[in-house]
Amino acid sequence: MDTTALMLSRLQFAFTVSFHIIFPSFTIGLAAWLTVLEALYLITGRPTYRCVFDFWLKIFGIAFGMGVVSGIVLAFEFGTNWSELSRLSGPIQGPLLSYETFTAFMLEASFFGVLLFGKNRVKPGLYLFSTAMVALGTTLSAFWIMVNNSWMQYPVGYTIQNGVYVPDDWLKIIFSPVVWVRFPHMLLAAYVTGAFCVAATGAWYSLRGMCRAEARVMLRMGLFLAAILVPVQLLFGHLVGDYVHRYQPIKFAAIEARWHDEQLASEVLLAWPDAAHEKNDYAISVPVLGSLISSMTLDSKEVGLADFPRSERSPIVIPFFAFRVMVGCGLLMLLVAWGGTLLSLKERLLQRRALLWTVFLCFPLPFIATLTGWFTAEVGRQPWTVYGVLRTADAITPFLTPRAAAGSLLVFCVTYVFIFAFGTFYIYRLLKGGPTEDPLHTLPAASPSRPLSAAADLPSTVK
Amino acid sequence: MILYWSLILALSMLLYVLLDGFDLGVGMLFGLTRDETRRRHMLAAVSPLWDGNETWLIVAGVVLWGAFSQAYSLLVSAFYVPVVLMLAGLVFRGVAFEFRGSARRTRAIWNVGFVVGSVVAAFMQGAMVGALVKGLPIVDGRFSGDVMTWCSSFSMLCGVALCAGYALLGASWVIKKCEADARDAAYRAIAPLLLVVLVLLIVLFFHALHENLAIMHRWLDRPYLFLVPLVALCAIAGTLTGVRRHRDNQPFLMIVVLFICAYAMLAISFWPYMVPFSLTIAQAAGPHTSLVFMFWGEGLFVYPLMLMYTVYSYNVFKGKVDLTSGHY
Ligand code: HDD
Ligand code: HEM
Ligand code: HEM
Repeated sequence: MDTTALMLSRLQFAFTVSFHIIFPSFTIGLAAWLTVLEALYLITGRPTYRCVFDFWLKIFGIAFGMGVVSGIVLAFEFGTNWSELSRLSGPIQGPLLSYETFTAFMLEASFFGVLLFGKNRVKPGLYLFSTAMVALGTTLSAFWIMVNNSWMQYPVGYTIQNGVYVPDDWLKIIFSPVVWVRFPHMLLAAYVTGAFCVAATGAWYSLRGMCRAEARVMLRMGLFLAAILVPVQLLFGHLVGDYVHRYQPIKFAAIEARWHDEQLASEVLLAWPDAAHEKNDYAISVPVLGSLISSMTLDSKEVGLADFPRSERSPIVIPFFAFRVMVGCGLLMLLVAWGGTLLSLKERLLQRRALLWTVFLCFPLPFIATLTGWFTAEVGRQPWTVYGVLRTADAITPFLTPRAAAGSLLVFCVTYVFIFAFGTFYIYRLLKGGPTEDPLHTLPAASPSRPLSAAADLPSTVK
Repeated sequence: MILYWSLILALSMLLYVLLDGFDLGVGMLFGLTRDETRRRHMLAAVSPLWDGNETWLIVAGVVLWGAFSQAYSLLVSAFYVPVVLMLAGLVFRGVAFEFRGSARRTRAIWNVGFVVGSVVAAFMQGAMVGALVKGLPIVDGRFSGDVMTWCSSFSMLCGVALCAGYALLGASWVIKKCEADARDAAYRAIAPLLLVVLVLLIVLFFHALHENLAIMHRWLDRPYLFLVPLVALCAIAGTLTGVRRHRDNQPFLMIVVLFICAYAMLAISFWPYMVPFSLTIAQAAGPHTSLVFMFWGEGLFVYPLMLMYTVYSYNVFKGKVDLTSGHY
């Protein structure tokens, strides 16, 4: 094993999976929102809902396609770079991933076609059903992958035979307590992302004075949804923190930048952790709050990093700051969502350009929170790949050379940057064009198994 | 259980080779013409289907990992370079397909991306099969080579051969789906492509004899295997008569038979090994609990559903392509 190759492989995995997660976190939320829109349209019969639906469907198509393409790479990366991991935990992770492929594929692939193609061919009820099935497909995909990753964070239900991890209790693996707080946390993150993107688009149109009716629907629905979901998300964030506290004390101490055991622990709000001297510089901390957050008591004893040998400790800077960025984004979103909803209930939002600008500019926040959340979870898990069982250094393909690893990293970087640039450009053009009432465009000319082809409509919609 | 999953794996891989084979092939032929209408016809013949075709690769990949994790970890890591290049090729080609339609000034980029992506992906797949036939150095069930072990003159030749084979499959698909110009060009391409494939196969055969590859002994040990080339010969004859009589559906069917022959030949000569000749299917198989878990959900229910969906979507797009409807 070569440490450079290890570093490069970690970088490559982090890059490709971070690229990937951008699209699912957007499409999962969007699929659910499309379902709601279609249901509202069926109930109320208001054409605005239909129009907004058609518009977002195209954007959904492009983002979905990019998610698919980048996901294929991930599925093979386990084998190329982490062959020891895939050999040892294959009996557990392999079946879980295959369930993701099989179940999510079935639903997504079959009903996505109806969604794009079949509006005039199937009954409205069936169309709504198809929309819901696509949403269910993306949710199932998220579920299986969270089961998978939660097993890596907190392995249960297995025995080790000849060094290989053999599942002996699938129920334990699937109903692990960790799954059932992390899956909602991830799902809510996706919904919040969808809500904020929709609201931001509405704000953008309002600022430009276009598509008033649609903009209003987007703005109000997006903000209202966010106002409900963000607090729930913060609650689940707390529950996720509880699991980390219980099962991964080292990660927890790293997140808190707590070096030494503390009774009546204080909470470090901000600091520059100094790993060499095991202390924090420029710390701003609040006494007692640490115990309160961690254990819900005033006098609990909280463990510090110095209790563990250095070889067991995770890096500290990334989990520490990533966590704070995530929470910061969450609090900001709460503020914006509540403020915006209050004003829009009083029908004053549309007059406040400053607030519209704020809502518009907030759309990156949920993406940033999602990415930094994953950074906290994954970097905090180091030096383990399967927590407490398999070290990252032992998970890598043994004969991988730095040259090969650098080459593949380069290949993926170039490919992704290229594709990302074009994909976002197309989405931007679609968004900028805005929804049109034109009946000619209500039937996207994309075909069932070709998500990306929605992009091909562009020239006709963007004039 | 093990048998069930090896059959499912074999079926998924075969489906992948046949389905994505023809659209990779069309991608390569695409590079041979500059005529825009002809190109659009060719694209239209595969556009609605390629994405579904490619998913069979993931299906095969995750079945391999889930049911035969030893083999997955060994093969995918031993083929680090070809797998990465194949993936990049597929990604590029996949988006090129779609972005081409909306690009205006930049269309040339996507044309090139489409052709190069297809060629790279096909070549790498062939090279991997070649390296597998040649045999990987394996000690105690672990790969003992390095990242470039896959690369040999034999595997390179196999890469070229598979490209030619896919192009052949692609040409016959174009014949089936297109009319006029595009079809006529494809008719003309069949015979030379067939010749190239046959010559390459003969070269590979003698190459193998020369290197005395273990797989050759297999064929001598199992003489009934020589029935397979016989069927293949019939398929070749069928292709040629189909071309001569201009029966549009026949060449594709015959070439599919040809591919199934080649596939069966490999599969039977590998059997019971998954990685010849060091890892048997039974050794590669995951623990019983994993196989059973997969069986009761996806094996029994979802897999048949997926097959049904595939048939259904081919049914929706059956018949000749029509450029006047849709946005091609
Ligand atoms: C099913 C498994 C799984 C899932 C769902 C994720 N990861 Fe992960 N991640 C891994 C499995 C993994 C891994 C294969 O286990 C890596 C590679 C090396 C390692 O230790 O863990 C890893 C490493 C890794 C690293 C590098 C950590 C380091 O080496 O210091 C980052 C930053 C992320 N991941 C980020 C993410 C993001 C943004 C995800 C959102 C989709 C994500 N991970 C989902
Ligand atoms: C390392 C982990 C991951 C792997 C190996 C992986 C693998 C894949 C693969 C192979 C696909 C393509 C499937 C298709 O063609 O439809 C895909 C798509 C998808 N993945 Fe992942 N994935 C990972 C992480 C995640 C996470 C963490 C989520 C969400 C919580 C997620 C959600 C999705 C969704 C919703 C899709 C469907 C396509 C889309 O909506 O963009 N994936 N993934
Ligand atoms: C008070 C607010 C929050 C708290 C206390 C919190 C807590 C946490 C913790 C402790 C983790 C690490 C889990 C692990 O190591 O496995 C985490 C992960 C994560 N967070 Fe948060 N979070 C908050 C807000 C948010 C918000 C607003 C979002 C997104 C909109 C978000 C998205 C994520 C994601 C995507 C992950 C990675 C998935 C996972 O590990 O479950 N979080 N969160």
